[in-house]
Amino acid sequence: MSELVLTGPETETALTQEYFINMGPQHPSTHGVLRLVLTIDGEIIRRVEPHIGYIHRSIEKMCEHDSYRQIVHLTDRMDYLSCHMNNEAVCLAVEQALQIEVPERVKVIRTIVSELTRLASHQLWWGVMGMDLGAITSFLYGFRDREMINDIFEETCGARLTMNYNVPGGLMFDIHPNFQKRTKDFVAHFCTKLPEYDRLLSDNPIFRSRTEGVGYLSKEDAIGYGVTGPSGRASGFACDVRKRLPYSAYPQVEFTEIIRTEGDCFARYKARILEMWESLRIIEQLIDNIPEGEFQAPTKQVLKLPKGEYYQRVETARGDFGVYIISEGNKSPYRLKFRSPGFSNLFVLDKVARGSKIADLVAIMSTFDYVMPDIDR
Amino acid sequence: MFKAIADYFKEIYQTIRGLLVGMGVTGKYIAHARREIITQEYPDNRDTLQMFERFRGEVVLLHNEDNEHRCTGCSACEVACPNGSIEIIWARREDPETGKKKKQLETFVYHLSMCTMCNLCILACPTDAIKMGHNFEHAVFDRSQLTKVLNRPGSRLEKGVEE
Ligand code: SF4
Ligand code: SF4
Repeated sequence: MSELVLTGPETETALTQEYFINMGPQHPSTHGVLRLVLTIDGEIIRRVEPHIGYIHRSIEKMCEHDSYRQIVHLTDRMDYLSCHMNNEAVCLAVEQALQIEVPERVKVIRTIVSELTRLASHQLWWGVMGMDLGAITSFLYGFRDREMINDIFEETCGARLTMNYNVPGGLMFDIHPNFQKRTKDFVAHFCTKLPEYDRLLSDNPIFRSRTEGVGYLSKEDAIGYGVTGPSGRASGFACDVRKRLPYSAYPQVEFTEIIRTEGDCFARYKARILEMWESLRIIEQLIDNIPEGEFQAPTKQVLKLPKGEYYQRVETARGDFGVYIISEGNKSPYRLKFRSPGFSNLFVLDKVARGSKIADLVAIMSTFDYVMPDIDR
Repeated sequence: MFKAIADYFKEIYQTIRGLLVGMGVTGKYIAHARREIITQEYPDNRDTLQMFERFRGEVVLLHNEDNEHRCTGCSACEVACPNGSIEIIWARREDPETGKKKKQLETFVYHLSMCTMCNLCILACPTDAIKMGHNFEHAVFDRSQLTKVLNRPGSRLEKGVEE
């Protein structure tokens, strides 16, 4: 029997060899079809190379053939957990280009629905995060509370996930008569449930030791890589578009931008939990003060944007989402580019995960909250 | 040394306490299992299942008791649809009463397999001929069954509906 020759870095106790394995494209903790090529040395990750493109549908190219009214529904299919905010970004960009002043009522309703979407997204993330780390109970509780929001959406918008509730100039329908009551019921219900989230997961010592001090991202790197949303704010990067460049009804509400400085997995986790309280606060301020009025501003049947370039940013549940439209004056854009938060958040993974264990990678990916269709588009 | 031992036991205490608090939450729901049920036993409750009024399940062409619809064949929905799910086939036919040639709907083809339930066709229709139906049980064994003709055989345009 010939002797096994090992090459590679020599550690104190054994000769080891670097090798690489594929994580995904079909892996439960990659949250979609993402392939990660891991270069590992035993359990230690030396390099992470994300390979994307498995769910690419060329949405940007499709937009070049669609009218501005039709583009809105395609953005539902990107980050499907923040679909309302994506819709809103396109509508705001078109309204900005055509200088349409939308009624106050529209702004307030858009903000409420956005915050509900954010809550639903964070609830799903919380449930899945627990499940990634081995706690299946949190998944059930997260989905239980999300169900109430889905019912609100289904009643008012007609769909539970891909709602397509915004149209350029306003909303597709007025809110359902039950909307206010249901939303208030939900807020009251969820205020009692959110502390349970803390008791179940945040204070759990096993959970904490798996997240605290794991996956550190410095503020410089967060800014350098363009990591936005709760993930960026957990590293101390004040990047909340709702505060920096307020849109819709955000200028008139009071809320705190959650900024933490630890930059580890637990900070990202905590930032989202605290953000849920802020969303509840925003909804509470607005739900009784929906102004009367029209739910749509008058618009032309065929929307033609004047020649020029338009950019609109909104804060989705994952971060800074941007829509960049170049118009040649036709009814479809000449070029449309989406700046999706997930893309930047994904490519910082190599930086963050180097040196940690494979099991930590699952926790890190969970706290960055990737949604693959958003990254691939 | 003494502090290290104290920390060790403190950590054990905190761990057990944290776990018990978490189990308290789950225990509460086991004890009150009936109170907060939100799931529905779907195939069993089919008879009583009530969808929300605005729920978007499929596009339907409305017909009244006399087998009349309101579609004039104007193709506005076809143009509004982002993915070509609707095909309106129309022809110019003589109106039996006035004798004038008029655009009429021949076949309303609806590709359910491509439809994204975006509601744009419903908003575009000038005569409110189509509407979103509540049926969501679309599973079939063959893809071709998802291409439907929505106007019923022998149906006519309702009187008084103008383009
Ligand atoms: S709902 Fe949308 S995708 Fe479906 S037929 Fe109507 S316009 Fe087309
Ligand atoms: S828009 Fe209405 S009337 Fe026109 S073709 Fe479509 S269904 Fe018929």
